[in-house]
Amino acid sequence: MNGVGAFLTRRRGGRGWHFTDVLAFAWLAAGLFLMFGPAVWLTLSSFKTPAALVEFPPTLLPLDTRTATVEGHDKPLPLYAVTAEDGGERVLAQVRRIGTVAQMVDPQAPGEIVKVPIDQRAPLREMRFATENYREPFQQFDFLTFLRNSVFVTVVATIITLLVNSMAAFALSKYQFRGRGAVLAIILATLMVPLSVIMVPLYVVVNQLNLMNTLWGVILPTVATPTGVFLLRQYMLTIPDELIEAARMDHASEWKIYWRIILPLSLPALAVLAIFSVMWRWNDFLWPLIVLSRKELYTLQIGLSAFSGELNVQWHYVLAMTVVSMIPVVVIFAFLQRFITSGIATTGFK
Amino acid sequence: MTALSLRGVSKAFGPVKVIHGIDLDVADGEFVVFVGPSGCGKSTLLRIIAGLEQPSAGEIRLGGAVVNDVPAADRGLAMVFQSYALYPHMSVRQNLAFGLENSRTPREDIEARVGEAARMLRIEELLKRKPRQLSGGQRQRVAIGRALVRRPGIFLLDEPLSNLDAELRVAMRAELAGLRQRIGGTMIYVTHDQTEAMTLADRIVVLNAGRIEQIGAPLDLFNDPSSRFVAGFIGSPRMNFLEGQATPAGLDGVDVTLAGGTVLRVPVSAEGLATGEPVSVGFRPQQAVLSDAGLPLEVLHVEQLGSETLIHCRTGANENAVIAQYGQIPIRPGERLHLDPVRTPLLLFGTDGRRILARPAVDRPAESGRMEEA
Repeated sequence: MNGVGAFLTRRRGGRGWHFTDVLAFAWLAAGLFLMFGPAVWLTLSSFKTPAALVEFPPTLLPLDTRTATVEGHDKPLPLYAVTAEDGGERVLAQVRRIGTVAQMVDPQAPGEIVKVPIDQRAPLREMRFATENYREPFQQFDFLTFLRNSVFVTVVATIITLLVNSMAAFALSKYQFRGRGAVLAIILATLMVPLSVIMVPLYVVVNQLNLMNTLWGVILPTVATPTGVFLLRQYMLTIPDELIEAARMDHASEWKIYWRIILPLSLPALAVLAIFSVMWRWNDFLWPLIVLSRKELYTLQIGLSAFSGELNVQWHYVLAMTVVSMIPVVVIFAFLQRFITSGIATTGFK
Repeated sequence: MTALSLRGVSKAFGPVKVIHGIDLDVADGEFVVFVGPSGCGKSTLLRIIAGLEQPSAGEIRLGGAVVNDVPAADRGLAMVFQSYALYPHMSVRQNLAFGLENSRTPREDIEARVGEAARMLRIEELLKRKPRQLSGGQRQRVAIGRALVRRPGIFLLDEPLSNLDAELRVAMRAELAGLRQRIGGTMIYVTHDQTEAMTLADRIVVLNAGRIEQIGAPLDLFNDPSSRFVAGFIGSPRMNFLEGQATPAGLDGVDVTLAGGTVLRVPVSAEGLATGEPVSVGFRPQQAVLSDAGLPLEVLHVEQLGSETLIHCRTGANENAVIAQYGQIPIRPGERLHLDPVRTPLLLFGTDGRRILARPAVDRPAESGRMEEA
C-alpha cells in the first residue's frame, strides 16, 4: 500500500508539486480513463440483467431490483420503497403498473392492493452479479465448442504464422540473391490489397481444395502475412551477420542457423507478431463466417453473432461472451509484453 | 606438409578489385600473420580462406585438396572474430559446445573438450554465464575457446585483440603466444598492429592495397625490407624517410642530395639509377647515430619514456624525423643535433617504393659488366 502511495505521488525533482507534475498526472488519469473505462464498463455491464441493461439513465454497477415472492403471485415481484402522504416509508411489492399509477401489495399482507403514484415510489436495489449471463451460454449454446474451435484456430494459425513468416524473413534479411528486393516489394504490396478484394478468388481456391467447412480453411489462407514478414525481416537485419558466420564456422547447417541462432535472437519480434497474430485470428469474423457454415465448427466470434437476431439482441449474453473472448488476448499480452521491450541480439559483442 | 596454399587468389566487389592475385603457402604448424593498413584486403583474404567469401579467381587448397567449392561449414577451420560474435542467448558452455554438437561429437567428448579448453583458458568458473555478463577479456577467451574445442585444421584469427584496452592487449598477446606453444596448431592471424605481428608470427605477410608486399620472418622484414612500405610499416617508431635526388657514385654507392642541400652517401648499387632521379633515404629511429657533424636536425619536442628518449626533429628541408636514443638524454626543444651519415645504417628506396639493394658481396661478371655500361 505504501508503495502504491509513493508511486502515485511521485514528482519530478525535489519537493512540491510543479505544474508539470499536475499536468502529467491529469494526462495519465485521462489516458487511464479513456483506455480502461470502456473495458471496465463492459465487464461490469456483462453482469447486469437484461432489465438493468436497458435502464435509463444507465448505471455503472450491476444493480438489480430486489424481489420478493408474494403469496398469490407466481413470479417474484419487484420491491419498492414507497413514501406515504404522511411522510412514512413502507416497502411494497409492485404487482402491475397502469399509466402513472402502480398497483402494489404489502408482502406481509398480500390480500390488499395499494394504489401508489409512480413518482412516490423508488425501486429498492442491491448489487447483484448476474452470473447466469456467463453460465447459460455455456449450458444452452455450444459455447465450449466455439471456444475450442477458436483456441484451435488461434494457436495453430499463430504457430504456422511464426514459422512461415520467420523463414521468409530469414531468407529476405540474411541471404543475398537476385530479386530479393523485388520479392520483398511484392510481399509488401499485398498489404494494399484488402480482404474484400481477394475474398472471391480466395473462396474459389479454398473451395477447390475441399477446405470449405473445415477449420484448416480458416487457418491456412491467413498464415502468410506481409506485416509479419516485414516486421521480422526488419528485426533480423539488426542481428549481426558475424553471428551467422561464426555459426557457419562452427559447422552449423543453414537450418541449424535458423533454428538455433536466428529464432532465439528474434524472440522480441516473434513475441510482437505472436500477439498480433493471436488478436487477428481470435477476432477474425468475416473469413470464418464465409468458410464455416456448420454450427459445430463456429468460432467464438461467429458464435457471438448468433446472439444478435434480426429483431432482438441478447445484449447480456453478447456482453458476457465478449468479456470471455477478451480474456485470452489480455493474458497473451500480459505474458509476452516483457519480450517486446527487451532486445538481446547485440549483447554478445564487444 | 602444406596446410594451405593460395594460387592467384583475387577478389572484386563489383568493379572494385580489393585483392590482386595472391600466392601463398602456409606450412603445417606455422603461425602466419597478415599485416597491413586498414583496407589492404587482409580480412577479406582471411574470409576467403575461411570460405565466408568466394574468391573472384584463383585456387585455395587445404592440405592439398582444392576447397573453392567447399562451404565454410565443411572446411574444418575455426575462426575468432574481431567482435567475438559469441551467441548472446547461449551460456559460455553452450557457446563452446555448439560447434561440437553440430559435428555430432559424442556427449562425453564434448564435456571433456569443453572442460579442457575452459581449463586452458581459465574460464572454468564462467561456463554458466551468458556473454553479456563477461568482461572484454573474458569474452575474448571464450571466443578463442570456441575455436579451440573444434581442434580445427587451421585457426583463423581476425584482429582478435583490437577491442581490448592497451594493457589487456599486451597480456592477451603473451597468453596467445603461450597457448600457441602448447597446442601447436596452424594459425593465420590478421592484424593492423605491427607489434602483434612481430611478437607472434613465424612468418609475416605484409599486404598493401590487395597485394603481398613481402613475406618473411619478423626480423627479416625489420632488417631487410624489400620496399619503402614494408620499411615504414614494420618497426616502431616508424622508419624516417628523407627525400632527395640520386647521383650515382660508382662502386661507392649513391650520393643523395637532400632538399636541404646535405649530401648522404648510401652504399648501394647505383645500377639503373639516373642522375637527378628522386629517391628516398630511410633510417630507423633506434639505429640513428648522433655526432658533431653531419645532417643537421632541430629538436621539436622530446618524449622521455624512461628507458628510451624519443627526439622529434626537423631537417633543414622541413622533413620530420624521430630519433630514439637509449637511456635518458637531457635535451630540450630548439637544440641542434647532427645525424652521423656514415655510422647510421641507411636504406635507399626508388620512386616506385622498391628498395635499392646493396651490391652482392661478390660481383658476378655479367652484373659487373652491366655496371660498367651504366
